[in-house]
Amino acid sequence: MSADAPTVKRPFFRRKKTCPFTGPNAPAIDWKDARTLGRYISERGKIVPSRITSVSQSKQRELARAIKRARFMGLLHYVRHDNDNAGR
Amino acid sequence: MPYYETVFIARQDLTDKQVQELTDQFSKIITDQSGKIHKVEQWGLRNLAYRIKKNRKGHYVLIETDTPAPAVIEMERQMRLHEDVLRYLTIREKELSKGPSIVVDKGGSRDDDDAGKPPRRETKPRTEEAA
Repeated sequence: MSADAPTVKRPFFRRKKTCPFTGPNAPAIDWKDARTLGRYISERGKIVPSRITSVSQSKQRELARAIKRARFMGLLHYVRHDNDNAGR
Repeated sequence: MPYYETVFIARQDLTDKQVQELTDQFSKIITDQSGKIHKVEQWGLRNLAYRIKKNRKGHYVLIETDTPAPAVIEMERQMRLHEDVLRYLTIREKELSKGPSIVVDKGGSRDDDDAGKPPRRETKPRTEEAA
């Protein structure tokens, strides 16, 4: 009977994450905001897939565009190597 | 008239005054063609994430305008020709921004967000040379 109750005990319960850019006080995606965008790129500089960051589809597209703009304007790196001393 | 946001990067060895002159020069192209300058922001000398034309740093300037498209095209053409401009990017906006942009707002130069990253080793002499 309580199949749809939220407290159903499952062996591997994972909290459903929500998109960090959706909601009333979510930050706007801005290509100038390198600090926020930096959270969605890997150590090497790749854009992190939305299945990991749980950014929604439309926001992920927006985010990717913003990251690419920031890269072009030298705010983010395209690639970073291990032996790189901050930008080469 | 549409709204545009242009950011350009000027070479690192320009003085602040020269950057100001450059900004005025580009703003003039806009105003000459009946465009309006909504906002001009100097972000100052910031570290680039990678080297652009042998520069490690650059002066960033943001110009937000409400202007006809031919004026923007002309401004971009001038930027392309100008040797002191490393890069420029113009983006059309749906509406004009309110208040200063996030870069100025947070007041951080790129130097502080390098804090968590490995330290730069530019100034340290090479060990092979020292030996």
